Amino acid sequence: MSDVTAEGGHGAVPTGPEVPVQPRRAAVRRDWPLYEVFVRGKRGLNHVHVGSLHAPDDEMAIDAARDLYTRRNEGVSIWVVRAADITASSPDEKDPLFAPSGDKVYRHPTFYEIPDDVPHM
Amino acid sequence: MSAPTLERTAPDEAALQAHFNATIAADHRVEPRDWMPDGYRKTLIRQIAQHAHSEIIGMQPEGDWLLAAPSLRRKAILLAKVQDEAGHGLYLYSAAETLGADRADLTDKLIERKQKYSSIFNYPTLTYADVGVIGWLVDGAAICNQVPLCRSSYGPYARAMIRICKEESFHQRQGYELLLTMMRGTAEQRAMVQDAVDRWWWPSLMMFGPPDADSPNSAQSMAWGIKRHSNDELRQRFVDMTVPQAEVLGVTLPDPELALDLATGRYRFGAIDWDEFKRVLAGGGPCNDERIARRRAARDDNAWVTEAATAYAARHDGGRAAGEPA
Repeated sequence: MSDVTAEGGHGAVPTGPEVPVQPRRAAVRRDWPLYEVFVRGKRGLNHVHVGSLHAPDDEMAIDAARDLYTRRNEGVSIWVVRAADITASSPDEKDPLFAPSGDKVYRHPTFYEIPDDVPHM
Repeated sequence: MSAPTLERTAPDEAALQAHFNATIAADHRVEPRDWMPDGYRKTLIRQIAQHAHSEIIGMQPEGDWLLAAPSLRRKAILLAKVQDEAGHGLYLYSAAETLGADRADLTDKLIERKQKYSSIFNYPTLTYADVGVIGWLVDGAAICNQVPLCRSSYGPYARAMIRICKEESFHQRQGYELLLTMMRGTAEQRAMVQDAVDRWWWPSLMMFGPPDADSPNSAQSMAWGIKRHSNDELRQRFVDMTVPQAEVLGVTLPDPELALDLATGRYRFGAIDWDEFKRVLAGGGPCNDERIARRRAARDDNAWVTEAATAYAARHDGGRAAGEPA
């Protein structure tokens, strides 16, 4: 039989090559646009990306995000933004975008040698 | 004077592969916009989609009891649990979409039976004891599978699993507590629990998949850090955890060969009926048709809601309306 793996979480399902997958298929028109969701866990913390969802408009995206990502008091504030509106760098750490900060060790406090007997520094 | 354009030369595939291999070897996480081998992407989409489908279809067997819950307390608990299953499905579709899959397209593939969901949800829930046993055994088995996935090499999948595992713990405990309550009840209630355990025990063991020897692609998934433990290893872990829980509960697991191996400290158990597993997975289980028909009806009968909300958004949201190409 084809390969069946338990790593479908809720149980074994076929994960062999006969199961169709189509990455980068054009978005199906009848689905709503994709929103990325950011939640402030509590006062004093930044909003953090928690996932995404589909919604017809901004207001319903907030409502859906409330139901989907804060069912157990996980947040005090939610941001939603259309995924298409996000501009991102490449996350690859070898990206030349981040190279300029790689060799500027003098920007860190540990670069400077201070005698041990200098207080409060 | 025009600004100079920044030309980035495309690194060759071998260098990209080497960088990917180094990320995996260092046990770092792969993130959505990283280069990844085609096979890695496709394996993840298959696995995450089928996991998502299992969560969504998994709402049905227990959802059948929402209107027949024995008390308001049990009804509130069951509603919260079924809502969680929907949430889990959506976290996972969200993770699949970071790989370039499309949620509506994955749903279509489920309804057209091109992609599958866990065989366990093709069994019926005959009494309220089944709700308890699903929480205890089915969600217990799911936890065994899912906890290692929190360390899966693909970042969005691992993060979704962390959220899911936190919530699964509530699912398992509410189920076990329900069963404890019934076992303290009448003889008839105790018999209901035993009957449910008898029906769900073997299908729960099947959730871990065929023996390692019949799971040829597992090695690649392990090498990629998508999968962390073999099917047999996880199944054994589940049995070892569950036997003492059954003793506390006072039920008998329906396996005469189940015995503690004193040398290893682990439980030996009887042979699993893999023919039944294959039959159910292929569509021959008691509820396969019903489950798919209901999912299809949910998509088709509610399509007007999707369309109405899209039309409303188009009227009130100017040029950024839903349905407009991004």
